[in-house]
Amino acid sequence: MKPAAFEYHAPRTLEEAVAVLARVAPEEGRVLAGGQTLVPAMALRLARPGHLVDINGVAGLDRIDVADGVVRIGACVRHAAVDAPGPMGRLMALMKRHIAHGPIRARGTFCGSLANADAASEWCLLAVAMDARVEVRSARGARILAVDDLLLGSMMTTLEPDEMIVAARIRLLPERARVGFHEFARRAGDFAQVMAVAVLGDDGPRLAIGSLEPRPRRLPEAEAALANDPVDLAAASRTAAAALLLPEEDAYLRALAETSVRRALEAAA
Amino acid sequence: MSAEPVRTVAFGVNGETREATIPVRRTLGDVLRHDFGLTGTHLGCEHGVCGACTVLLDGRAVRACLMLAVQAEGHEIRTVEGLADAAGALHPLQQAFCDHHGLQCGFCTPGMLTTLVEFLADCPDPTAAQVRVAISGNLCRCTGYESIVAAVLDAAARMRAA
Repeated sequence: MKPAAFEYHAPRTLEEAVAVLARVAPEEGRVLAGGQTLVPAMALRLARPGHLVDINGVAGLDRIDVADGVVRIGACVRHAAVDAPGPMGRLMALMKRHIAHGPIRARGTFCGSLANADAASEWCLLAVAMDARVEVRSARGARILAVDDLLLGSMMTTLEPDEMIVAARIRLLPERARVGFHEFARRAGDFAQVMAVAVLGDDGPRLAIGSLEPRPRRLPEAEAALANDPVDLAAASRTAAAALLLPEEDAYLRALAETSVRRALEAAA
Repeated sequence: MSAEPVRTVAFGVNGETREATIPVRRTLGDVLRHDFGLTGTHLGCEHGVCGACTVLLDGRAVRACLMLAVQAEGHEIRTVEGLADAAGALHPLQQAFCDHHGLQCGFCTPGMLTTLVEFLADCPDPTAAQVRVAISGNLCRCTGYESIVAAVLDAAARMRAA
């Protein structure tokens, strides 16, 4: 057995889950959803939670609901199941094939990726690009956070130890919106070195980049360049790469960023 | 630390209900091997990267090293031991691996087979490129993958004809 010992809790309702979490949070209690990051971290003993609150048995958390132009993705929706109507669904499909490999996508969750806040997370990038919101619960109550107020930096969020993400909400894209995604990784399924999302047309332009900085972000300078007529994708890509906070001498990563942004834009154009 | 927390779990393994009282920190891969004696599931990296421990959870390929066994409660697990039929005849994929030398040391083979059982159910007539994507999460250090891809394409053809 590789993980250090812990106590295991398998609540059946959300109320029970947040009650247990409130009780065990002071003793390094953690929420277990897909487990595709937490369990390997425990195997390596980088994480040694005293308690795991397994939310996989909580009824209703595996649902995707679409209402009023918003897709709501529950806390236990697996990567493989993430979907939405229209261009948003197409963008999600483009992105999710880059998340590790099939067996990881069968277990890992969308909301778990947000809570984990890896700089190379595709779903964090999507959430930032689309100004997603997250529903957070604890025994103390509920709150709704803009994703920009959730993600602090690499592997850091503003979640309190007794809080859990219940769902993420993303506004759907209008039918005529055009979407593009590009990711560069050294090996198939590996963490991205750089990735970019572009939305053009209705509801655009939106341009966001991930992996190179501690957290994904939109690039307003490049978005402004995309509003020019005629639009110059190459110039916008240079603007995007120039805006990144990278060591000045790191020409390779900046060139990679420019290429990734340009390919995402060309895919959307 | 007080006494090791344990829990009694029951889940299906290759069509039979199995029960065990186990430490809650024991992974599904360890329970299959150590508690149930099903050593066909191999544990390589034990952090989800190598793919050797892949098993089918309700028909979906998952890493047995990244699931706690207590999370399998009420579910159905299929391992490499459950691929051959009741009379012992190899699954068409297993036979094709044998015919095409799709293995040398055999360490990756159980994970390759379980991953590919799911893949061929979803995609019965794949291209070689699709097969390569399907096994991109399974490391093989012997074959160079060529013989594995040949075996999968042959197995797919045999399964379509059956």
